[in-house]
Formats: sequence, C-alpha cells, structure tokens
Amino acid sequence: MLDRFNVKKSFVGVLYLTATHLIFVDPESKKETWILHMHILSAEKMPLTTMGSPLQIRCKTFLSVTFVLPKERDCQEIYTTLQQLSKPVQLEDLYCFDYTASTEEVQKHVGWNFFDLQAEFQRMRVPNDAWSLTLLNKDYELCDTYPRYLFVPAAASTTVLMGSSSFRSKGRLPVLSYLHTNKAAICRCSQPLSGFSARCMEDEQMLNCILKANPNSKFMYVVDTRPKINAMANRAAGKGYENENFYENIKFQFIGIENIHIMRNSLQKLLEACEQKGPTMNNFLSAIEASGWLRHIKAVLDTSNVIVQAVQEGVSVVVHCSDGWDRTAQVCSLASLFLDPFHRTLQGFQALIEREWLAFGHKFVDRCGFLAGDQKEVSPIFTQFLECVWQLTNQYPCTFQFNERFLLALHDHVQSCQFGTFIGNCEKDRLDLRLHERTYSLWGYIANHMNEYMNPLYAAEENTDVLVPNLAPQNIRFWRGMYCRFESGVHPREVMSDMLLALCDHSSSLEDHIRLLTKRIDSLKSKIDSKKKSGETKVEEKIEDCVDNKTSYDKEISEQDEDVFKDEKVNSLVTVEQLASELKSVAVEWKTLRNVRECNCSTPFDHFSRKCHCWRCGEVFCTRCIDKHTALPGHDSQRAVPVCRMCYKELRRTFSIDSA
Amino acid sequence: MEFVELIKTSRVDNVTLHTHIGKPVEVSLCVSSHHLILSARKEGVEELWILHQNIDAVERKPNGMVGGTIVVKCKDFRIIQLDLNSGYEKFVNVANSLEWLSTLDNMTLLYPFFYRPVYNMLEDGWSAFKTESEFSKLLVPGSNEEWRISYVNKNFTICRSYPSAVVVPKNIDDETLIAASKFRHGGRFPVLSYKHEGGSVLLRASQPLAGPGVKRCKEDEKLVNSVLGPGKKGYIVDTRSQSLAQSAKARGGGVEPEAHYPLWKRVQRPIDRQAVYLDSLSKLVDACNDVSCSIDKWMSRLESSSWLSHVKDSLNCACVVAQCIDQEGASVLLHGSEGLDSTLLVTSLCQIILNPDCRTVRGLEALVEREWLQAGHPFSLRHKKSCYSVGGSSVVPGGNKSGVIKGQQACTFLLFLDCVFQIHCQFPCSFEFNTHLLILLFEHSYSSQFGTFLGNCEADRERLELSKKTVSLWSHLNRPEVLPSLMNPMYEPNSKVIWPSVAPMSLILWRELFLRYSSALADGVSTRLKAASENTIHLNVKDKELRSKAAKLRRQLMELEKEAIEIGVLESPTSALLAESADATTGGTEEVAKNNSYP
Repeated sequence: MLDRFNVKKSFVGVLYLTATHLIFVDPESKKETWILHMHILSAEKMPLTTMGSPLQIRCKTFLSVTFVLPKERDCQEIYTTLQQLSKPVQLEDLYCFDYTASTEEVQKHVGWNFFDLQAEFQRMRVPNDAWSLTLLNKDYELCDTYPRYLFVPAAASTTVLMGSSSFRSKGRLPVLSYLHTNKAAICRCSQPLSGFSARCMEDEQMLNCILKANPNSKFMYVVDTRPKINAMANRAAGKGYENENFYENIKFQFIGIENIHIMRNSLQKLLEACEQKGPTMNNFLSAIEASGWLRHIKAVLDTSNVIVQAVQEGVSVVVHCSDGWDRTAQVCSLASLFLDPFHRTLQGFQALIEREWLAFGHKFVDRCGFLAGDQKEVSPIFTQFLECVWQLTNQYPCTFQFNERFLLALHDHVQSCQFGTFIGNCEKDRLDLRLHERTYSLWGYIANHMNEYMNPLYAAEENTDVLVPNLAPQNIRFWRGMYCRFESGVHPREVMSDMLLALCDHSSSLEDHIRLLTKRIDSLKSKIDSKKKSGETKVEEKIEDCVDNKTSYDKEISEQDEDVFKDEKVNSLVTVEQLASELKSVAVEWKTLRNVRECNCSTPFDHFSRKCHCWRCGEVFCTRCIDKHTALPGHDSQRAVPVCRMCYKELRRTFSIDSA
Repeated sequence: MEFVELIKTSRVDNVTLHTHIGKPVEVSLCVSSHHLILSARKEGVEELWILHQNIDAVERKPNGMVGGTIVVKCKDFRIIQLDLNSGYEKFVNVANSLEWLSTLDNMTLLYPFFYRPVYNMLEDGWSAFKTESEFSKLLVPGSNEEWRISYVNKNFTICRSYPSAVVVPKNIDDETLIAASKFRHGGRFPVLSYKHEGGSVLLRASQPLAGPGVKRCKEDEKLVNSVLGPGKKGYIVDTRSQSLAQSAKARGGGVEPEAHYPLWKRVQRPIDRQAVYLDSLSKLVDACNDVSCSIDKWMSRLESSSWLSHVKDSLNCACVVAQCIDQEGASVLLHGSEGLDSTLLVTSLCQIILNPDCRTVRGLEALVEREWLQAGHPFSLRHKKSCYSVGGSSVVPGGNKSGVIKGQQACTFLLFLDCVFQIHCQFPCSFEFNTHLLILLFEHSYSSQFGTFLGNCEADRERLELSKKTVSLWSHLNRPEVLPSLMNPMYEPNSKVIWPSVAPMSLILWRELFLRYSSALADGVSTRLKAASENTIHLNVKDKELRSKAAKLRRQLMELEKEAIEIGVLESPTSALLAESADATTGGTEEVAKNNSYP
C-alpha cells in the first residue's frame, strides 16, 4: 500500500494493520508511525482525489494524519476495520485485557496495591475526633459511584447520611475530600434534589455537621461550580442548588465553569486552530481566543484558587456541580494540589488521581469514549485537569517532582486502555471487572520508568507551602507540547528538560563511580603503605626471592586489609583486570543529545521520542534499544542502570569469564 | 544651560509611591541632574533610581492646592505613580523638571558624560570591535584577496550614516564607490555584511535612486556584480512590499532595474516599516499592563497589537535570506528603503542563524557593534521616545515634544532582540549568553550610564568624542565580575546553522521582558523562575566538578596501580590487559581535555 502521509509534507510508505496498531512505515527515513487503535478518535473517508482515496485519522493524542490509499476498496476496508477496532462494544474487548508486557520486567499485580484510600486519609490524620469512617457504602448500596470507604463528620448519624444521600443526585452525598491541617475541610457531593422548593432535614443536618466538624469557623462555603443559569435550569428537573434560607450559616456561591458539552466543542475548536494550514500569527491567536479553551482553563484554576483561599482562612467548603464527578473532580483535586505539597510529588500526584478521580467515580469510560456509544458523553475533563497542572508548573518550576513528559504519558495512557487503571466508570465497575487480576496497572509501569518522569529542577525543600499562583490572563498559556505534539518542527530543537535530565543521570552515575574510585584508592594506598612497611624489613633480606614470596605477601596484606576494611572484604581484593573493567564500565563523558538524529537502530528521533544514554558507553539510543538494566562494575552501589544492548552483552560476557 | 535652572525643587518628602507590586509606600523624592531618586530612607529598603533619559512620558493630575499625582512612564516599561501633597508649586516644579530633563536635546548633558566607573577597566570596549579586527575574523583566511577595507568615507562625506571603514570587493576602487554612493539613498552603497563559510556573501545597501524613469548607474552595477563568482547568481531581497517599492519610485527611489542586473533575481519579502513597530509595541505593553482584563480580551489585544506578527515576519525574512546563502550558496543583496532599520534587522538576524560566532557573548556584542552601531542605525533618534509617548492610546497632555520628529521613533532594535529571544527559546543550548543579556541590551539602548548607544552614527560619535568622554557598555559587560551573570549554563557550542521555526505556535510572548513591570510576574513568580535558573546553574556546576573529580581520581588510581605493581602488591597483568587499562585512562584524560571546551 503506497500512501501519502500528512498533507504538508508527504511520504510514501507501507501501511500495516495489526490487531492492536495501525503502523505506517516510511522505508526511506525508516520512520515508523504506530497508531494504537484505542487512540483513534475518528477515522473519516475524504472525497476521492486523483491520488487515490484519502483516509483522515484523528487521534485522542492529538495526532492527525491523512493516508491516501491508491485503491478505494482498500480504503473502505481499512475504514470499516478501524471503526470496529477503535470502538469496541464491550469493556472486555479493550486493549488492557489482551495486553501482556513482554519487554517490561513488571509483574501483573505490581501497582494495584500502591494506593489505598484508607491510607491516603490516614495521611491527613483521618479518622479523628471530627471525622470518621462509615461502612454504609461497603457494598455500594448508599451510592454506587462512590468508593467503598467514605469519610464523614463523626457527628452525622446513619439516618442523616442515608437521608442526605437520598436527597442528592445519584446518591452522591457530601463526603470528605481533603482535610487541611487547620481543620478546614473540602467536601464534595452532587447537586441537591431541591427543585423549586423541596428541602430535606437530613441533608441540612449533614451540612451542619460538616460545618461543626471545623471548630475554627462559624460559617462555611457551598460552592456550586456551575454557571447560575445552568443551576436554575436544573431546578425544573427537580434538581438545583441549596437554598441559603434553609441551610444554616452557609455562604452559597456560583462560580461558572461550563459543562462537558461546551468543553468538548471548545477543544474541537482549539484543535482546528492548531490545524490551520499556514496560518498567520493573527489567524492563530484569534482562533485560540475564539475556542475559549484558555478561558475555561482559567475558570477551573480560578475556582480552585477560591476554594484554597477559603480553606486557608480556616473555612470549610462543600463543592458540587451537577453530578459531582466532572467539575467537582477538577477543582477538588486542584485544590488539594495547591494545599498539600505531598500531591506535588510523583507518588502524591498518583495518589491524588486515585482519590479524586478514580475512587470518586469520574466516568473515564464515558468521558474518554472507550466504547462505541454516546459521543455526547465524551469530554476532555481530565485533559483540562492535566493542563491546569501544567499551567502551574510554569509558575512553579521547582515545586513539582514530575515533568511535562509525565503529564503527557498520563494523558496518553488514560486514553490507550493499555492498563486497567482507568477502565470502568467507578470503583465498583473496576471490582466487578476484576481488573487487578486481569490487567496491568499504570502505576506499576510508571514506577519502573520513574527516572523519565522526574523534574530535574525539583527542590524538595521548596515544596512546602500552599501554592499561590498568579492567575493573570497573561500567565495562562497555550500548551503547545500537548496539542501540537505531533507538529514536528514547531517545538524547541533543543529540549532543556531532557538535557537537564541527562545531566542529572550523568551526575549520579559519576557520583557512584567516584565513591568506588575513592574506595579503590584508599585500599590500594593502604596496601602500598603496609607493603612498604613490611617491605623495609623483608625486601632487604631476600630480593631475589621476591617472586616466590609474592603470594605470601598478598595473603598477609589481604589479612591486614580485612582488619581495616571489614565491611569491604570484597572490595579490597582487587586485581588489575578488575580495576580495568571497572574503569571501562563507566563513561565519564556522555555524548551530547544535540544533533543526534537517529538511534543506532536507525530509528529517527523526533521531538517527543526520549533520547537515552547508555550509562556504560555514553552513547545515545532510543528507548527501544535501551531496555536493559544492569549493575555496572564501576559503580559502588551496584544498582541496575540503563545500558545499551551491546554493552549488556559485553558485561554478561565478562561476568561469565569472571565466574568461570 | 545649567541643571539648576531646570530643577526648581530638588526634594519633596512624604510622597506616596505606587509601583506594580506591593502596597504604596511613603518615600522622599529627589530630582538630581540625571536621576529621579525615590528613597524610603529606611535600612534594608532599596532606593529606586530612574535615569531621566529612561523617562518616556510624564503625566500630571493636579489636585488643587494640595499638589497632585505624577505618573512616570519609563522606556523600560516601568510605570510608577507619585502622589505629592506638599503644595501645588512643588508638584508643578517636579513635573516640569522631569519633563525637561527627560527631553534634553544636548547630548553632552546626558549621564554618560558624567558617569565615572569606580572599577578599573581591563579592556576598552570602544576599541574592542574595530572594523579592522572584525574584518579579519569575518573573512575566512585565504579569501582576503577578494575583499578590502576602504576608507573612502573617512570624513563621512560620501555617506553620513556609514562608518569610516567599510568592507568592499577588492577590485572596486574608491572612485567607483563614490559614483555608486550617488545612486543609493543616503549614499549607502552596497557593502559587505557577512561572508558565509561556503563563500556566498550578504551585502546590504539602501534603495537605488532609480526613480520613475529607470535611471541606471554603471558603477553600482559593477560593484554589485563583482561579488558574484563566475556562473553564480544572486538574489536582491527587498524588505518592502511591491506597492511600497513602486510608490518609492515616484519619490526618486525604487528598485534595481532588472535589465541591468541580469544575474540577480529580485525577491520581495515584505516586513512592516519601522514606523508601525512603536504603535504595535505600545498596544502590546498596554495589554501586558492590564492584568485585570478577561482572558479573551487579553488574547484579542495581544493579537491586535500585531507584535508577534512582526516577530514572525522578521524571522521569516531572515530565514529566507539565510536559506539563499546557506542552502543555495547564492549571494544576497538586501535593502529596504533607507537601509537603516529593516535591512539591519534582517542582516543581523541572518547572522545569528548562520554564524555560530554571533551566538557567543563577544560575538553578539560584535554583531550589535557592526550591524547596528557602525552600520548607522540612528539610536538617538529612534529611542528618543518609546511606546508610552508615541503612538498608541496614551497622549501626553502638554508634553514637551521638542526634537521629536513624527515617524522617526521606532523600536526596531527591540524587535531584533525579541527575534533573538525566540531563536534562543528554540535552541536554548546553542547560545553562550542567557536571555538576560538581551534585556540588558534593550535597557542600555534606551538609557544608560554608558555612551555606546548615544548618537545616530559613527560620525556623531566621533564628533561627541564618546570614546574619550564616556565609558563603553562593552567595557562593562566584559568585566570578569559581570560576565558570569550573562552566561548560559546549558551552553554547548553548536557549529551548525540553526533554523528556527516561524510557525505561530512556536513564537511566544517574551514574558520576562514585557511582563517585567506588570503584576502578572508578581507574587513571587519571577523569584521562582530565577530560582529555577539558579538550580540549572547549580546542576551544571556540580556535573562539571564531578567530571573533573572522576578524571582526577582515575589518574590517581592508575598511578597507584602502577606503583602497586612495581612493588608487587598487585599481580602484574598480562600485556594485553595492561594496554586495555592504559586505554581506559588515556581515554579518560583525553575526554577531559575535550571537556575544557565543553562547559
């Protein structure tokens, strides 16, 4: 199949269709484009041209390509196949159930037990006097989209909880999301079923309990993240918002984040802005503006900021939108991120996603459109959350332990369905599907690739305060790295963060090596010294017999050494061969990342392919070629570090010689 | 004229100072002959010194007999508001002084003529980048035969805006140059700007005075054609639009008639005229200062300022010229109308792209010296006023506008710096300097204690005897105390041509410059960004230390090993292994040697 790839610049190559991927290989540049079927957002047949039949494919990763197939029949076939493969009808047909990590040295169960809701709340010192664990939802009877363990005010009785739950949309009663050190809490729920005048004593008591759980404030905020008009409209359907007259001591506030449909359309427009053909600066800027995307991002950040300020003043906040799983998830998780330094670490960020998104039932299946079905349910809510975090990292370059690559990887893996982590709409779904037995966890994968996702500028000592970002419109930027990711050529040609990451790896390799060198030098010095001492007495006697005596000297010396370096018995027994292999195994200089256009396997590098160094030879490779990890003789710690295949073989060989 | 006449009130107490950050503070205000000084007169509180030359606009809002409010808007985009309540007279006096002192026409009264540095100068910046020394660097050895330095303009009579020494083809004599100069606007005949390693050259000039009747000048043709090697073709790149070039004909200017330059292909790469830049900048800065507007409003103001469009067009034009030179190996003659603005913008950007030398600190200084100062960009005229007083929405009520000729103020140099910034962002490791140097150049080009940017051309600078009476900015920047703060920790020399992306999504707002005095960078944002760059420096320093330490330890270990073998502590290895181990050490040291040029 001969195809043209990309309209701006076309390539001719071969298109392969496998069970999981659509692969395009351009034989000239050896560039391979792998498109995971699950990543395909839409495939569209374009009108026939003289060149053939064009097939446009848009991906959830914001890749957009057009293949021109010479035969229309082929195009039609591929089109129908892709339609089926990219949108399975059943959850069981998703990629994660077939995926087996062949190259990864990870076990299937790894990662599933990393995060536990109870432990997470324990970290916030919950349960305590004011907040307790309720088991009412143990079998998901109270609310099937909530987690099994819920934390509620200790004062709230079962009747209150049940009553409140029944007065809330989908039974999503107010429960604890985050407890700050000053005892101010963030609680989340769905909208009340208040209609025009309905009220519920238990729900009113419930909010009162939440208020009372914080001894430092006489009132609390109830934040409805919807625009007022949306909330009003909901009243006609028997839903709505809290009436300030019925609830004691609450301050009610509308904020105005738009709904999922507006967000979906906004993203659509944003992508169109990115795809303009040869836009002028003004075309581009006005298209971005018209998409409204940055306005929505700012709205989410502003809302989170309002909540954070309230909490900092010691006032508790109850947050809801309609069902409390989209906008509420966004602002609650961001508020936690602002308030709690832990959530700005790699671990903590994963814990945050587990708590606010997975446990509290963000509908990943529906919002990401994993299955064929209602496309009106799809919306980039989680993407917006990631972007908000990215906006913050721009202002806080040393405060987040993870880097942009991590956010992108998260985004892609949420969409890819390669891991079971994001399958299902709520905790109950995931249990029913037995995902932890049948699929891999993304957290296990990430734990194995930690060094790729580290922010080299992270300074733990600076990550202590509550974030107070400046949300002036000038500071909200377009995220080129996300939405123009595959527009090769628009990105910086030299990626600072990658260079810094390589630098950090290099430093750590050298530190390790230096520790070993110092040990070797010390041991050699002491050997020479002791030799000189003993030599002074003995050498004079028998100079000619030196050779014969040598073995005995060695013995003596090694005995002495054993006294000196008891814990380094092995280290002190060095041979010249060993020294040589130790020196050879650590590259002092690493090849610069610049101008490395392709890996040894002749895969060309593009902006987002990570270039890795082999810690032994210092050469640059692609991630596929550097999948081996092993300890280097030249390192003191003997931890496993990345090496290229050649070096791996060589190290194996010398090891086998040594042991033989 | 004495300063005393201009300063009726030199000090006012209890003035309330509003800046872009923090709460208003009470300060004492002093007007000295060169500075406006605002001091809280408290330990640990920094005083604010503003050069009068930096003041762009002074706005006054009288408040009856109590005094009034003075808003001082600076050329570096800073805006401060001063509330004076010590009487109307003092208020008027201060405002008048500020207006007068900021618009002095007599250049010898400016601060550089009074500033004396307290440190010793190691190198005199005035003589650091002479044409003679730059000439030899500019030309690859061996090709000197083709070019020469001509002193035909040594009295600045042939071309007032050119320096005394210019580089021209060797086989063109001075008479031909004189004749050619008569055919070019302002006498700016074609001279060498840059010679690429492939041999192709970049020439710059002003528009030919072809006029509507298509005049020709044989000498000019000879001069232009002489740079082409046998069988080579060149491009004449015009930075004006077709219509603008046509309308210039009516006024005696125009384009080279194609019939007489058969080896040259004409290309139009329009970038806007310098007159619109300031208006554009004014809109941009106003938008940047308004942090309370909605994000949609901000985006649309950013768009309507067109500043980024100017950046894109300039970079685009520079890339096209660079492409002709590097990839087609063709020579390029570049001009606009006067050859003082867009021409210099493009030739200098071109060199940033093509010439790795220009990406070093000294190289950038040399480039500014060569392509802007010596080439006669009229800094004093262009930078007399800036965005707050010319163009845009702000009108100076009753402002003293003496010496301000409409349309002569521009910010072409700032546009150049922004373009360099954009390339820097895309190639953060290919520049020896950091972007802070660009901001410094911006500041000093508007107001400075140094004389470098005074005057409009070399003739002015000689007349003012700047090299004797003032200190050069380069002398200051190249001091060992200053230089490290300008260095880019991530620098790895890059000998290649660097092609920037000019796609709209690749170009970004220069926040560190334009938002510097806007509260968008307040709340510790700028401090955190600084901390990040310090971390970067720290990481680099640490890595460098580790590298040399590892190499040192390796050497030490090998020496010990040798010693150990000699005295028999270690078993002597087989010869093959010995060679191998020797390899390992020498390999290490060799790499260290390489490392010296690899910061």
